[in-house]
Amino acid sequence: MSLDAKSIQGETFVVNMGPQHPATHGVLRIKLTLDGECIMNAEPVIGYSHRMQEKMAENRTYSQYFPNTGRIDYAGAMIYNFGYACAVERLAGISVPERAEYIRVITSELSRIASHLLWFGPFIIDLGGLTPLLYAFDDREIILDLLESISGARLTYSYFRFGGVYNDIDDDFIAGCRTFIPRMRERLILFRRLVTDNIIFRKRVEGIGIIGPELCRKYGATGPVLRGSGIDYDVRKNEPYSIYPLFEFDIPVFKECDSLARYHVRMEEMNQSLRIIEQALDKLPSGPVMAEKVPRNLKPPKGECYFNVEGARGSFGIRIISDGTEIPYRLKLRTPCFANLSLFEEASRGMLLADSLALLGSLDLCVPDVDR
Amino acid sequence: MMEFLSSEPMRLLVSLVGIITFVALNAAYLSLLERKESAWFQRRLGPIEVGPLGLLQPIADGIKLAGKQIILPEGVDKILFKISPVMISVPVIMNLATIPFSETIVARDIHLGLLMILSFTSFNVMGIMLGGWASRNKYSVISAARVVAQNVAYEIPMFLITIALVMVTHTFDLRETVLLQSGGFWNWNLFNFGASPLMPAACLMFFLCLLAETNRSPFDMMEAESELIAGAITEYSGMGFGLFFISEYANIVVGSCLMTILFLGGWNCPFGLFPGLHWFLIKMYCIIFVVIWIRWSFPRIQFYGLLNLSWKIMIPLSLAHLLLTCVMVKIW
Amino acid sequence: MDFVQDLREAFTGRFGDKLRIEAADFSKCGCHLDITASGTDIEAAASVVDGLGFTLEAISGVDWPAEEAMELVYDFNKMAEGGRIAIRVRVSREKPELPSISKIFGGANWHEREAHDMFGFVFSGHPDLTPLLLPENATFHPLRKDFSA
Repeated sequence: MSLDAKSIQGETFVVNMGPQHPATHGVLRIKLTLDGECIMNAEPVIGYSHRMQEKMAENRTYSQYFPNTGRIDYAGAMIYNFGYACAVERLAGISVPERAEYIRVITSELSRIASHLLWFGPFIIDLGGLTPLLYAFDDREIILDLLESISGARLTYSYFRFGGVYNDIDDDFIAGCRTFIPRMRERLILFRRLVTDNIIFRKRVEGIGIIGPELCRKYGATGPVLRGSGIDYDVRKNEPYSIYPLFEFDIPVFKECDSLARYHVRMEEMNQSLRIIEQALDKLPSGPVMAEKVPRNLKPPKGECYFNVEGARGSFGIRIISDGTEIPYRLKLRTPCFANLSLFEEASRGMLLADSLALLGSLDLCVPDVDR
Repeated sequence: MMEFLSSEPMRLLVSLVGIITFVALNAAYLSLLERKESAWFQRRLGPIEVGPLGLLQPIADGIKLAGKQIILPEGVDKILFKISPVMISVPVIMNLATIPFSETIVARDIHLGLLMILSFTSFNVMGIMLGGWASRNKYSVISAARVVAQNVAYEIPMFLITIALVMVTHTFDLRETVLLQSGGFWNWNLFNFGASPLMPAACLMFFLCLLAETNRSPFDMMEAESELIAGAITEYSGMGFGLFFISEYANIVVGSCLMTILFLGGWNCPFGLFPGLHWFLIKMYCIIFVVIWIRWSFPRIQFYGLLNLSWKIMIPLSLAHLLLTCVMVKIW
Repeated sequence: MDFVQDLREAFTGRFGDKLRIEAADFSKCGCHLDITASGTDIEAAASVVDGLGFTLEAISGVDWPAEEAMELVYDFNKMAEGGRIAIRVRVSREKPELPSISKIFGGANWHEREAHDMFGFVFSGHPDLTPLLLPENATFHPLRKDFSA
C-alpha cells in the first residue's frame, strides 16, 4: 500500500475490522469501505465460528444434543436449553410438572439478566468507559454462582431434560435469589445514575444508529432491536409458552429507534425479569421436577414442529423434523443474532466509524449465535 | 573545588540529570499510579505481586520493554518510523528544563519560558502524525488524522488563555508568574477576578485543553482502543512503544506543572505560611490524580463532538475572556 | 384468527387454487397455516405475504434423498397477532433452482446464502450467492444426507 497523494484525494479505502478486534464481540469480520471517517459500505463476513451445530444434531440422539444448545448463545444459555426442551416436548407430547416449569422460568430469567449484564459491560467499553464493566460483572458473579450451585456449570448449562429439569433447587438457591433481587434493583439505579444519565454517554448513543420498524420487519430482527424500534413483540407475551401467562410483567418498548432506545429496553428488561423471578419464587409449588416415564432414548413420533422462545437477544426458534428414530432427521436453529446482524449492512450506510460501533454494540451480538 | 561544583556548567549538568531522572521516575510511577487508581475505582486491586504493594512493577515493565525486539514492519518509512518516538519524547524533557519547582529549583530560568513550553508542545502532534503515517497501517493513518485535527483545535484556546494571562502578569517568565501569586490563595490567578471575571472558567478550559493535548480520555482519539486498537502507535514495539508511553506521562506532568504555575500559585502555600517545593508537588499530583480519575470515569466523546466543543464553545469563550482581560487591564 | 382469513383470501385471489393451504394445529406443530407452493410461485407468494405485513423468520432446507427432492420451508410470522405460517417448496435434487425472494425480504439474502452453502440450492436473482458460513472456496454441501467428510 502506498499512500501517495493520488489515492488520498476523494477515493474510498477498504479497512478490515476483525476478525480479531476489541469491539466485534467474537470472531466477526466487517469489511468497511470508508470515505474518510464515513462508511460507504460495511459488509459483515461471518463463518469464523461456524461449528455445524445443525449437522451435529443429525449425529446425536435428542438427549445427547442438550449440551450443544447451551453453546450456541453461551451468554444466555439457559433460555436456549428451554427452547430445545420445549420443541422436543411439543413434538413428543410430553408434559412438564408444575414445579419444573417454575424452576425453568426462574433460571431462564436469571440467565437473561446475566446476559444483559454481559452485554452492558462491553457496550460501554466500546464507547470508551472502561469502568462499568467491573460493576456489572460483580452482579453477574452472583447469578453465575447461583446457577452453578444447581446445575454445575457457570456458563454453558445442560440443566433441562425432556419433561423437566434434572436437579431440584434447594433452599440455599431460593434464599440466594431472594437476596439478589433487591440488591440488583439498587444496582440498576446505580447504573442509571452512573451511565444512563451521563451526558457523554448520551451524546454517543442518542440519535445514533437508527433502525426503523420497516427495516426490522424486512430483515426479521427480533428482541430488543425490534422493541427499541417501537414494535411491541415479545414471544413471552405474543406467543406465550410454559407458564409465562401466569406472571405479571411489562414489555418495555421504546419508539426512538436509536441505540439509546435499545439500551433502555435491555435495562428495563432486567427490571421486569426481577419481577418475574420474584413472583415465581412466591408461587413456587412443591412436587416432582421430572415427568414420569420419559424414555431415556426418546423417539418422538414422525412429524415436524417449530417452537420459539424469547432469548436474551431475540426470538430463538427451532424447527425439528423427526422420522420416528432417536436421532433427529433435521434440526434447524433460527438464531436471533443472525437476523439482527444481517441488517447491519443497510443500517450503517453513511454513518461515522465511531457511531457504527455504537450501533454494533447496541445490536448485542454473540457471534457463535450468528454462525452456529 | 566548591567553585567547580557550583559553577554554571556543573549546575546545568546536575539539573539535567535531575530532570531526566524526574521524568523517568514520574513516567514509571505514574503508570503504576494509574493502574492502582483505576483498580480501586473498579473494585479490584491492581498490581500487588512485584515488590511490596506492587511498587517495583514499573521497573519490571521497563526491563520487559527494554528487552523486547524492536520490530520494523516491512514497507514502513524507516527514517520517520524511527524518528517519531524521539520527536515526541525529547521536547517534553526539554520543557521541564524551564519549569520552576520552587524559588531556587529551576534548571534554566528563561525569560520566555512560557513561550518555549507552548511551542514545544506542538511537537507532540507532529511526532504522532509522522508515526502514524510511517506505520503503513490504515488504522494508524486514521488515528493520525484525528490527532492532528484534535490537537490543532485545542491548541488555540490554550494559547488564547495564556495570552490573556500574560497580559495580566506582563511576563513570559514562569518564575515571575509564580512570584506574582505569592501570599494566600486569594492571590492565585485562579481567583484573579480583577483580571477577568471569567478566570475560573479559563482555568477549567485550560484543564480541558491539557486533557486534549495529552490525548487523555475523554479526548483520546489517538488510541480509541475499541475502534482503532492502539491507533497511531499500533506498529511500535519494545522501546519505541516505551518512549511513547513515557512521553504521554511526561506530557501530563508538564501540563500539570504548567497549570499549577499559571493558575494555582506554583510553590506558594494557600495560606502564605511555608512556601516551597512540597506545595508545588502536592498541587501537581492533585491535578494528575484528577486527570487519571477522569479517564476511568467517562466514556469517550465522539470526534465531531470533540471538535464542536473546541471550535464552537471553547474558542468563543476564550476569545471573550481575552477581550474582557484587555478591557479590565486597560481600565485598572 | 383474522389473518388466516385475510391470507386465504389473498392467496386464492392471487393464485386461485394452485397452492395447497392447510390449517395446522399450533400446539402440535407451531404454525397456523401450512402452505405448499411450487418453486416458480414462491416469489409471488412472498410478495403477498409481505403485503400483509408478515416478517420472514427463517428459511430451512431439508434433504429428502428417498424422495429425490429437497425442500425449503419458509417461516413467516405476523408479529402483531402472533400468527405463523410455513410455506413449503420442493425442488428436485439434481437441479435445485428456484427464484430468490431477497428483493422482497432483505433478510432472505443471508438465509438463502446459507441454504445454498448447506444444501446447494441455487437462487436465481440473488445478488451475491457466495458462501456465507463455509470457507470462500467450498464446493461441498454439508447438510445433504449423502455428504461425508
